[in-house]
Amino acid sequence: MAKIVSLADGIAELVHDGDVVALEGFTHLIPFAAGHEIIRQGRRGLTLVRMTPDVIYDQLIGAGCASRLVFSWGGNPGVGSLHRFRDAVQHSWPAPLELEEHSHAGMANRYVAGASGLPFAVLRGYTGTDLPRHTATIRTVDCPFTGETLTALPALRPDVTVVHAQRADRVGNVQMWGITGVQKEAVLAARRSLVTVEEFVDELTPVPGQVVLPGWAITAVARVPGGAHPSYTQGYSVRDNDFYRDWDAISRDRDTFRAWIARHVLTTEVPA
Amino acid sequence: MSAADWSADEMMTVAAARQLRDGTVCFVGIGLPSTAANLARVTHAPGLVLVYESGCLGAKPDRLPLSIGDGILADTADAVVSVPEVFNYWLQPGRIDVGFLGAAQLDRHGNINTTVIGGSYADPAVRLPGAGGAPEIAASCGEVVVIVRQSRRTFTGRVDFVTSVGYGTGPGDRARLGLRGGGPRTVITDLGVLEPDPATGELTLTRLHPGVTVEQARAATGWPLAVADGLTTNEPPTPDELAALRALQATLKATP
Repeated sequence: MAKIVSLADGIAELVHDGDVVALEGFTHLIPFAAGHEIIRQGRRGLTLVRMTPDVIYDQLIGAGCASRLVFSWGGNPGVGSLHRFRDAVQHSWPAPLELEEHSHAGMANRYVAGASGLPFAVLRGYTGTDLPRHTATIRTVDCPFTGETLTALPALRPDVTVVHAQRADRVGNVQMWGITGVQKEAVLAARRSLVTVEEFVDELTPVPGQVVLPGWAITAVARVPGGAHPSYTQGYSVRDNDFYRDWDAISRDRDTFRAWIARHVLTTEVPA
Repeated sequence: MSAADWSADEMMTVAAARQLRDGTVCFVGIGLPSTAANLARVTHAPGLVLVYESGCLGAKPDRLPLSIGDGILADTADAVVSVPEVFNYWLQPGRIDVGFLGAAQLDRHGNINTTVIGGSYADPAVRLPGAGGAPEIAASCGEVVVIVRQSRRTFTGRVDFVTSVGYGTGPGDRARLGLRGGGPRTVITDLGVLEPDPATGELTLTRLHPGVTVEQARAATGWPLAVADGLTTNEPPTPDELAALRALQATLKATP
């Protein structure tokens, strides 16, 4: 049974310096509030894992929480580049950022392998690209039945995965719907997990297309209404598209970025 | 309609939409590909099936989505599936007919770079977003349509990084690599259309947009651009196409 915790206690207990941490969410249900709590608690040396490191990872990287990034697409969706990510890669600011770069298909399959308790994933992918030259975790394996050479990637096993969902019941069974991305696999691949939810309810009424994560498969659940903002939670909030556009200017300059983090993340008087 | 009535970007989007046959299944990214695919759906291809990598199969948005995971895509989809399922069950086995890709750099054999430009991989002059779904889209879709504005910076002799494979170093490379999809059959730009020469796999200018000259296309290409013997000129956008495109684009501005 999942423990019901506050966000601050959940991050303090489950996310440690040097951990491999995955915050997943595919445009929808991105756990922004949890990312901000990681920044507030000053975590350092994290290996951040995420298929689409977007604005929340830009913030974590710019705030100095990360030393490594495992990813497949790093951009501000529909807007452009991530300036803090670029500054870290191109100028080691505020710290050098080591990259382990994959494709979406590769990352998704690595989570599936982790959730399945397998040592590696197998797929048709990366062939002929320059990615295997630079990413040591892209290898090949020969099919024992056909002899075909396929791509092999090590399973992803984050120390902790954090996701956001619509709601949970009182014993921590979690229900999410809409675009659910790779969250189920990321939670089941991780050693520990924290789910932030919009609300607790007495009973989880079925919803079409739902994914239910049993409470006994989750470490902790925290109630964080609006915890996905500026991303969205289907049925609860809409995406704050203006914020994503505004982020481009906020993040372009180091001082503007630092001032924004100080005002909207480090002090909680003006929440983001 | 005369060239004064529409922009080069509008012509490019209309040309891309026309490329999509009714009833085919199309893997769509945000931006120009999504605009072109939705334009096709509201004009000549109402049965076009749009697949977004966020897991939305058969999305039928009545406005342009602002992101790959826009709620309108999930709300209007035949099915919403997980991201591993999109890539493993739908893309990898060859269930997608057409994949749309953009490019930061494109070479003469249709290889695409969206990873790094200049310097080295570890210390690049420009760090781009990276691969996303593109390598496997380029490998596994029945065919690939590339939409990209044409300039010497983008149309380069050699890409700095191969993120997605076109024809490799020439004909036969795709088969040697075991790539099952057909590769880039069409590159649509703001100047015209390039298609691979069947003998060499080299992108060749086959169509120009109205009012564009071969010299302009050559000047915007970083390799000696081959021109097809039967070079033709695209029909300009029809009033209906243009009205539909502008109505779609107005939905972007209307979305908060």
